[in-house]
Amino acid sequence: MTLPSDDSLTRNGLAPAHETGRVLLIACGALAREILALIRLNGWSHMDLTCLPAILHNHPEKIAAAVEQTILEHQATHDRLFVVYADCGTGGMLEQVCTRHGVEMIAGPHCYSFYEGNAAFAEHGDEITAFYLTDFLTRQFDAFVWKPLGLDRHPELLPAYFGHYTKLVYQAQTDDPALTTKAQECAARLGLSFERRFTGYGDLATALAKQA
Amino acid sequence: MSEDQDDIILSELNDEELVEQMFDDLYDGLKEEIEEGVNILLERGWEPYRILTEALVGGMTVVGADFRDGILFVPEVLLAANAMKGGMAILKPLLAETGAPRMGKMVIGTVKGDIHDIGKNLVAMMMEGAGFEVVDLGINNDVDAYLGALESEQPDILGMSALLTTTMPYMKTVIDTLAERGLRDEYIVLVGGAPLNEEFGKAIGADAYCRDAAVAVETAKSFIARKHNQMSA
Repeated sequence: MTLPSDDSLTRNGLAPAHETGRVLLIACGALAREILALIRLNGWSHMDLTCLPAILHNHPEKIAAAVEQTILEHQATHDRLFVVYADCGTGGMLEQVCTRHGVEMIAGPHCYSFYEGNAAFAEHGDEITAFYLTDFLTRQFDAFVWKPLGLDRHPELLPAYFGHYTKLVYQAQTDDPALTTKAQECAARLGLSFERRFTGYGDLATALAKQA
Repeated sequence: MSEDQDDIILSELNDEELVEQMFDDLYDGLKEEIEEGVNILLERGWEPYRILTEALVGGMTVVGADFRDGILFVPEVLLAANAMKGGMAILKPLLAETGAPRMGKMVIGTVKGDIHDIGKNLVAMMMEGAGFEVVDLGINNDVDAYLGALESEQPDILGMSALLTTTMPYMKTVIDTLAERGLRDEYIVLVGGAPLNEEFGKAIGADAYCRDAAVAVETAKSFIARKHNQMSA
């Protein structure tokens, strides 16, 4: 399966490679690269992937309905569906959708948590002044953070958005020095201190392995 | 909304045109122009409360409506709010001197574990604009912070805000604690924040969920009126 550009994953998502199959993963576009890497690494050739536009991250109120629509489109064409969205700000709405359709979903409040491992993340749940970036969000920082918040046009709004944050935590899924440099630059642009935390794929790997 | 501002000299406009221009300037987030407009109206003998309600709150109501309708987005609302703040900073001391009507008192804060305050700040500002005295507790407030402020400030209204689905359940902790201590009926409890909805507000025992700052103001006014009616009955 070919990986589309980050821009395309942000705006358009990803269609499944096959019209029918055994397991279809319904995921956020921000996870496409990592999921395809895991499929490749583990030889899970029976798994297919479809992604919703990653920019839904900025509109969590739309995620549950969009996932439900995708479930309805594919529940007859695939033996099993698995939703690779955590709660992601849906306030339990996504879980309700999955329960209603008898579809499993990955556990956790958001990808920052399952990348680090839900148990490990919960241990430092009081890290409330941290702003998280993943590999994908670092690459797409302008599309997800800088431009939607209007900071490209009005940098004077920075304190209104980030005045109470203290640090940017870059959760690295891969060892990529260039990406680490970019994440560091993002922290500087936001006026935050920087911490790199290597997570690898965390609970994403174990959750997908259970579907294999 | 506004065209090129270069040729407009605010002091040359009549009152009606000036207020209309201030609506445009507020919409465009032009703080200096708003401050200038407020000063001109003061020089012309307008009561501070009239400037606040007719020029500033009136203009911000348009901004709020366009935000609700998806015409304006958060950055534009923040700029407009910043402009309104500039005008209010001039008016605030004068409002106290001129005995502007007081609608009631509100204690407001973002809940424990949450550092987001954009919506809460907008509500606080619009409530002040509507004549409420507002005590802003800031961010990351636990039960003790809320209860302490309720005891010391004796407000009519408690407002709680949350942006995260992980922190919004804390509102129930606060309301349950109020109930346990027999204090729940002493206060009008209003809740708000992006992930909340009316159903959530009801489920946690709040008096109302307010989807935006304008709704918060209207809801607060309506509850205060009801409270006064009950007291006079």
